[in-house]
Amino acid sequence: MATEYKLRMGDGKRVFMTKEQIIADLKEGMADAADLGSIPDLSEDELDKLVEILTMPSRMVGVEIGKEVPVTHDIGTIRIDGDQGNSGVGIPSSRLVGVMMHERAFGADTMELGHIDYSFKPAKPVIAQEMQTMEVCQQNTIVPLLYGAMPNMGLYYTPDGPFENPGDLMKAFKIDEARESMEHSAKHLTRDIIWIMQRMMASGSDGVNFDTIGAAGDGDMYASLHAIEALRKQFPDIYIEAGMAGELMLGMHGELEYDGTTLAGLWPHEQAALAAKAGANVFGPVVNTNTSKSAAWNLGRAVTFIKAAVKASTIPCHVNMGMGVGGIPMLETPTIDAVSRASKAMVEIAGVDGI
Amino acid sequence: MGMPISHIMTSGMSGIRAAGDLVARMELSKSMRVGEAKDYVAKKLDVTTDDLSDEYVMRELREELGIGVVTSVAGAPKGIAAKMNIEKLLDININSCNKFRGQLK
Repeated sequence: MATEYKLRMGDGKRVFMTKEQIIADLKEGMADAADLGSIPDLSEDELDKLVEILTMPSRMVGVEIGKEVPVTHDIGTIRIDGDQGNSGVGIPSSRLVGVMMHERAFGADTMELGHIDYSFKPAKPVIAQEMQTMEVCQQNTIVPLLYGAMPNMGLYYTPDGPFENPGDLMKAFKIDEARESMEHSAKHLTRDIIWIMQRMMASGSDGVNFDTIGAAGDGDMYASLHAIEALRKQFPDIYIEAGMAGELMLGMHGELEYDGTTLAGLWPHEQAALAAKAGANVFGPVVNTNTSKSAAWNLGRAVTFIKAAVKASTIPCHVNMGMGVGGIPMLETPTIDAVSRASKAMVEIAGVDGI
Repeated sequence: MGMPISHIMTSGMSGIRAAGDLVARMELSKSMRVGEAKDYVAKKLDVTTDDLSDEYVMRELREELGIGVVTSVAGAPKGIAAKMNIEKLLDININSCNKFRGQLK
């Protein structure tokens, strides 16, 4: 009987697979990425390395000594004091305590401060509170501390915002009106991000982490890139991390461009150039996890996409490796065996500059 | 919580336990790729790039340089004071330090 190895499905469930099944899934996932992105396959050596990582008997694996990379963080301290909606563990604590716990107890290389609603727009009414908290955190922190939030352009549409919901307009075949609504929303989003970051920089922030650019489609990315460009112009030394929401930029508008490039339909290796052009220091590419496929399929696919993005990028790439992205299973408590294997593979095979 | 800690343990540079914050600062402030950032910091600290993730090397060195240590040492520079020493060491400007200096009379 062939030896079976303990792996995970994309939803985190334990599965048992033979080496041949693992190799077949790795190749299938890799081929899917290569086909969609028109990017190169992994080499035979890289596939062998992936097999080796996935079949290691230890519960937890680690990168080789000397290959460690800095880790940046989305959601920040909200994972300590937040509720389940933010995957928080509900420990009553201030955000300062959260930052210091990450720095001194967990060995975090960087940290971020974020509002409990974690989008730029809801931070506006409480900006004075955000500024005060940033000041106090900066006085007590040594690691780079960014202000983190989601662009989340959906908040600018009815019923949450002032502009008519493009989804409703499109259902009524009002395509031009839907596009106009997205363009208006993008302008307001850019303006809000700049306004908030002007105040956070006045409070000593090291910079900004854009978490989930493009979650509301190409208009969301359009607004974010213009905000990055304006912030770089106003604050030449600001640290900017541009993290994406998904692997493919959805063309909700379809015709928006940045620097002559149509945003709709861009894959991670194509998004990287635009983040650098706008003025970001670090790019955070994303590859989504398929819950119905094995860890081998998902990791083969994610590593293929991210390796191409790292190669194409002119700035450091910190791959997104939260729940349901970067080969990590899609559940609130991703298993340590799956997380550590995906983490090692991204560093040693995709060559990321950070996570 | 388990997921970020798993990444820190698997791939991270251990923050101020070692020199992860310094390498991250060079990536974030100068857009240096990880290899370049490690070379830059190692040269400034006069250590090897492997030493940057080595708590044994970095623990004493950090205290000697006054750039902050992970354990609470009474009288050692912390927060802004440690960052002002990091500015000099890495030859960079840190926004919170600039703001702090601007508030001094």
